[in-house]
This record gives sequence, C-alpha cells and structure tokens, in this order.
Amino acid sequence: MNTIEAVYTQITAITDAEIQKLVHDPIELLTRVIQPVLWLMMFGEVFARVRGIPTGSIPYESFLVPGVLAQSALFIAIFFGISAIWERDLGILYKYMMSPAPREALVLGKALAAGVRGLTQAVMVYIIGLLIGVGLRVTVPAVLGMAVMIVLGSAVFCTFSLIIACIVKTRERFMGIGQVLTMPLFFASSAIYPISLMPSWLHVLAMINPLTYQVDALRLFMLPGYQTSFGLGTDIAVQVGVFAVLLAIAARMYPLILS
Amino acid sequence: MVSARVDDVPEVAIEVTDLTKRFGDVVAVRGVSLRVPHGIVFGLVGPNGAGKSTTVKMLTTLTPPTSGSARVAGFDVRRSPVEVRRRIGYVPQMQSADPDLTGFENLLVYARLYALPRANRRRKILDALHLMDLGDVRDRLVRHYSGGMVRRLEIAQSLLNEPRVLFMDEPTIGLDPLARHMVWERIKHLRAGLGTAIFMTTHYMDEAAELCDRVAFMSEGKIAGEESPSDIEARYGTGMMLDDLFIRYTGGNMLVEERAAAP
Ligand SMILES: Nc1ncnc2c1ncn2[C@@H]1O[C@H](COP(=O)(O)OP(=O)(O)O)[C@@H](O)[C@H]1O
Ligand SMILES: [Mg+2]
Repeated sequence: MNTIEAVYTQITAITDAEIQKLVHDPIELLTRVIQPVLWLMMFGEVFARVRGIPTGSIPYESFLVPGVLAQSALFIAIFFGISAIWERDLGILYKYMMSPAPREALVLGKALAAGVRGLTQAVMVYIIGLLIGVGLRVTVPAVLGMAVMIVLGSAVFCTFSLIIACIVKTRERFMGIGQVLTMPLFFASSAIYPISLMPSWLHVLAMINPLTYQVDALRLFMLPGYQTSFGLGTDIAVQVGVFAVLLAIAARMYPLILS
Repeated sequence: MVSARVDDVPEVAIEVTDLTKRFGDVVAVRGVSLRVPHGIVFGLVGPNGAGKSTTVKMLTTLTPPTSGSARVAGFDVRRSPVEVRRRIGYVPQMQSADPDLTGFENLLVYARLYALPRANRRRKILDALHLMDLGDVRDRLVRHYSGGMVRRLEIAQSLLNEPRVLFMDEPTIGLDPLARHMVWERIKHLRAGLGTAIFMTTHYMDEAAELCDRVAFMSEGKIAGEESPSDIEARYGTGMMLDDLFIRYTGGNMLVEERAAAP
C-alpha cells in the first residue's frame, strides 16, 4: 500500500467509525432537528414580520435559513471536542494514538466526520425550508456547493474544538468554555443579520470569524439572487487557510489530551 | 560455528537501559534495566503503584521517558516511535474498545489505522476474532459484551498487525475467575502459536506463575529481582512459591522467614 493510499485508509477509518455509530443510533440525529426548527419557525417568523433587518431583495425568512444551517452544523462540530474527551476517558484515544497513523490523519478523520454530520443537518434544514415555503436553489451544482461549504466549515470548527479539548482536558471545563465560545461565534457572524448592521467592534469580530465566510458562501449556493459579500474565492480561501493552521496545531496537540 | 547475520531479526525483543520517568515530584520509574528475548512471556510483577503501567507506556511510545533508553523490536522508542508502533501490540490496563461499535467494527478501525491491505483485512479480522473465541458475537455492540469478552476483543485487536512484541497491562484485572481462565487459555494459545515476545504486567502471582517464563519484581519504581517461575522450588527449596518471593522482593520478608522457621 503506498503512502497516500495508507493515509486515506487511516483518515476514513476514523470517519467511518463515526458514521457507523450514527447508523447504530440514528435517533440522536432526529433530536438535532429541534433547534433549527425553533429558529426558523419562531425567531424567523417573528423577525420577518418586524421587517427591521435590511436583507435587500432577499426575504428575511430566506436569509435566515443558511445561517441556521451553519449554526446547527457549528454546534455539532463543537461537540467533537467533548466527544474526544469522552473517548479519552473510555481509553479509545490511547489506542488510536498507539497506531502508526499520523496525528494529522486522526484529526482529519474527525473533521470529515463532523462534515458528514453537518450534511445530515443540511438535509433536514432543506426539508424544513421547503415546508415553510422558502425559495431554495436545488440544482445539482448549487447543492454540491452547499455540501462542500458545510464540510469545510464543520472541519474548521471540529478541529478548533479538538484543540480546546486538548487544552481544558475535562468534560466539565469543556462544557463551560464551549458555551462561552459558541455563542459569540454565532452572534458575531453574519448568520442571523447582515454584518453591516453591527457596531464597529462587533463588525471586526465578525470579519475574523470563519463562520461569516461560511454563511456568505452558503447563501450564495442556497438562495436565488444572493450577492456574496466577499466573493466565493475569499470565502473558500479564508476557511481553507484557517483550517490548515488549525489542523497543524491540533495534530501537534492531540496527544496532550491523554495526559 | 555459524556467525550471526547482521540483518537478522534482533535477538532481543526489548532492551531497556536505566529507564526513568518523573511526574513532577513523583519518580514513577527509577533506572529500570531489562532484557527480554524473543519468544518468551515476560512478566513485570509488583504491587499497585510500583510503576508497571508507566514502564509499559514508555515502551509502547505513549509517554516519553525522562531519561534512559529503550529499544523495542529493534527500534529506539524515542527516536523511531512510529517504527516501534508498527511492530507492537498493546492491550492497555484500562478498557479501550469502543462500546458503540460492534466487535468487528472495532477491529476494522484498527486494521485500517495499521493500513493493512484491503484484500486480506477482513480475513485477518475474522481470524483474530476466532482465535479469541469471539466469532459468534462479532456483530454485537461491544456495550453488550461481558468484561472478559471485551478483554479478549482487545487482545484480538492487538494481534491484527502481527506484532513482534505484544504488551499486556494487567490482562485479567477486574475479571471473574471464569473469564480470567478463559483469557489465560487464550494467552497460552498465543504463546504456543506465535513466536512473538509477550510482555505482561500483573499483580496476581498465580497469573505470573501460570503464564510467565520469566518475571521481574518491581517495587517503588525499581526492579528488585528476576526469577523463572519454573525453577523457584529447585533454587529455594520445596514449598517456596512466587508469592513468597513477591513479598520478599516488594516489601518485608516476614512470610519467607515464617515458612523457614516452621518445622
Ligand atoms: N500521569 C501521571 N501523573 C502523575 N503521577 C502518575 C501518573 N501516572 C502514574 N503516576 C504515578 O506513578 C506511580 C506509578 O504508577 P503506575 O505506573 O500506574 O503503577 P502500577 O501500574 O504499577 O500500578 C504511582 O505513584 C502513580 O500515582
Ligand atoms: Mg498499572
């Protein structure tokens, strides 16, 4: 087996294990649908009625859908840190680290698994979106573009979360810090309102937040007539760049979660 | 006389020189030196806290030594950790199988992490499961396995890459007597069929006597002595048992003296 093939096998070993768990216990996925439903049907409906948020030619209900999708993928990806701590406590991670697989492969496997979980959310959000009558692009290229953006964004936040787990090391501390990080990530982004509305300090935060770029690209692929804020090239470059840096850090730090 | 070829498999499986590990103020392992030849079962025995698990973690590249050196399967654990990992199997003291996957799926993850060729992956997994007597339960979630089954699954897992050196840290800790004997049977079976070195730790003397060709007694981070269970009586007199030596080496020698004083 050549090196590339071996590394591919190692990455997908981790991803497939996560997928197998979803197959054994799909109920968990269904519980994940509640949050986007609440956001779209309650928050979205009310704020659309208020008409206080300028979203150009796009109705607010539509504007919100990619943001809510990104949010639910974000929450799932952030969960991977705590699940790594859990796997450490069960002894599973010791065995992973004992294998000859490069740490990068172990991290990438988790990142891709977060992407797969994110895609299951996408399926559900599309269904809700269509049910509540939001106009979504459902052409093959648009859906593929959306899928790539979900996987990319999930990979970014999953890797970020693994780094946090390697630093805090316990479930309790992760719970605390997870809350503290996830909410600002979500609100300091373009997920639920255009960043042009933000006060300048928040605007700066939103501009360095990868979620902003993920949501911008998602809107491009999901909403007919959406004009990107930064351009698709920038959206992708920012996320790929951030992911590369996080992957390098996470691969170095991963063994620290054991001690 | 035939001279040994330089590129032969190294005749020693494990060679440890002055290995030391500190955790802050705690010195868990203090200058341990050991030599383990191929093809034997070597037992590191000693009470809880003696430093056995820490020694195994250094030998399996999980934790770096503070000082000293160790070669395992011909490679230095510090300089070539990946080469060592390719050639060893490890059954940790703590359970490590994934409860949310089946036995087969657990092994598949490792077969792929070891990058075993796709063509014989399935065959090897099934062989390992059969060897550990788990063929019938391979598609059951591990959360429904008994403690003994999980242990045997972990041993199966550690065999997938056909290790030169197999490490087992307290392989029967927490198992009921029946499950223990079943694990013992499997370990003996391995030893007969494999030609690898097995390095195990235990604090049960009956286990060491049953399985090990050679034992080293560890106490407070140091090796206090080495013995071969099979010739203890020849060396120390009839009635002398591994338990007595354990006590002599690892704390007080009351029992040995009592026995000597008895008529
Ligand atoms: N990660 C660690 N941090 C601090 N102390 C440790 C750590 N691991 C082990 N020790 C200490 O090192 C000593 C030896 O432990 P261990 O190797 O687990 O012994 P054994 O396996 O023989 O029971 C103990 O005093 C234990 O508390
Ligand atoms: Mg131990």
